[in-house]
Amino acid sequence: MAEKSSIFDMIGPVMIGPSSSHTAGVVRIARAANRILGCLPEEAIITFYNSFARTYEGHGSDKAILAGLLDFKTDDKRIKDAFELAHEKGLKYTFRSIGNASTMHPNTIKLNLKGCGREVEVIGQSRGGGVIRIVEADGFSADFSASLHTLIIDADDVKGSIAFIADVIAHDDCNIATMNVSRKGKNEMARQFIEMDSGISPVALEYLRHLKWVKNVTYIPNID
Amino acid sequence: MSLLFNDFASWQKHCEETNQPLYQPVLEYEIEQKGRTEELIWETMAHAYAVMQDAVKTGLSEDMRSRSGMVNNGAKKVAASPVTTLSPEFKMLITRALGAKEVNSCMGRVVAAPTAGASGILPGILTTLQDLHKLDDRKIHEGLLIAAGIALIIETNASLAGAVGGCQAETGSAAAMGAGAIVYCLGGSIDQVFAAVAITIQCMLGLVCDPVAGLVEVPCIVRNASAAAIAYSSAQIAIAGVNPVIPVDQCVAALGEVGQSMETKYKETALGGLANTAKAREIEKLVLVQDVEILPDEDNAD
Repeated sequence: MAEKSSIFDMIGPVMIGPSSSHTAGVVRIARAANRILGCLPEEAIITFYNSFARTYEGHGSDKAILAGLLDFKTDDKRIKDAFELAHEKGLKYTFRSIGNASTMHPNTIKLNLKGCGREVEVIGQSRGGGVIRIVEADGFSADFSASLHTLIIDADDVKGSIAFIADVIAHDDCNIATMNVSRKGKNEMARQFIEMDSGISPVALEYLRHLKWVKNVTYIPNID
Repeated sequence: MSLLFNDFASWQKHCEETNQPLYQPVLEYEIEQKGRTEELIWETMAHAYAVMQDAVKTGLSEDMRSRSGMVNNGAKKVAASPVTTLSPEFKMLITRALGAKEVNSCMGRVVAAPTAGASGILPGILTTLQDLHKLDDRKIHEGLLIAAGIALIIETNASLAGAVGGCQAETGSAAAMGAGAIVYCLGGSIDQVFAAVAITIQCMLGLVCDPVAGLVEVPCIVRNASAAAIAYSSAQIAIAGVNPVIPVDQCVAALGEVGQSMETKYKETALGGLANTAKAREIEKLVLVQDVEILPDEDNAD
């Protein structure tokens, strides 16, 4: 049997309308993508797929995604004015819609973001009730909800790396909720997506960043 | 161990045996199962009610027009109408439920209670209840906890989502939550609170989810108003001691059964009912994105 809901989901969440999957979830996908990029984007190509491809304007998901890219929270009243605010902040954006990506979830968004000298591609699904799932980041398959604390670690595909990292996290008193490892090929770069029930300390984070075989560490605290 | 809100019978039994008020097991559930503090729970209920009050106010004061054009300041028109069909209080209830729901349709801030599509119902019901009966905020917050307990049970045994159980699952559940809260706040017995839930479900049963152009506007907004009215009529009947005959848990089971056997075209897909009328199809052409790319098959793998 599925885990029972919180009463905060019965009387809540507080959100911007009209629909949790078209606004709240969309805002959260953009905010997760910002964190993968490491800053607020200067340029964005936003692709809406399948059901979203037809309905994104009517439901205001275009405003929601821009608001998320500006890092507004899901209950921010300024979401309504996201076009004007994106223009003010100099965010360049393009919308695309693709109607027949049959292998993708009905409510999928792809974000190609540029900023702080970096470029990322993030694919996220809005699964209802504001719940999201990031399913791809930079060509690596992923699987995290951004409702817990997420670590994305790029490391050489060496033996024992997963055990070592898990050990560091355990010593920081963090419990791992989910873990997902994906690599482009044997002995090539591997990417680990680790969801934890609580936040990791800055010291542990710095330690991970300084390991010789770790190339990059991205930390995404829970996104409300 | 806390009560798990699997059914109304055990909620009633628990309160009668321990002599607790109805909201107490809801508090304990959230504290024990979800690890929240009691303080945070009261704060969250207070914040939710403040957002509901704000939505009512916004819907009746600011410009409420949606991008589709289907929403055009309906709540304010009702408030300004020279004709009162029943009583000023009834009109107040209707305008408030409409207003809060219009805020939702126009990308304003609301509380999903239990869902965004039903987000006008509890604000209409509770703000009107508070004003008419001069209730303090604490009583309303207790009422919200009762509503949350009702929603937990419906979610467990039926559904709260239009895509799963039709409109009866969204506006029907919100109305049932509101009716229970009304009777609780006015001092009704546990039997009467649960009778109000049962009667409301009996009234809302079978309602399909058929949103025009898939938008949360028509008929969602007017159904928020009618659901608020049904909550009050059910609460009135229940608090008078009228027996709903079918026990509340069996009403919830019926809600689940009807939801399961409802055809997919009546579950938020915009394929049936009002969404499938000629006018709706016209509106759809204006609202839906038309320049959708279709990928050739070989590009369709990513």
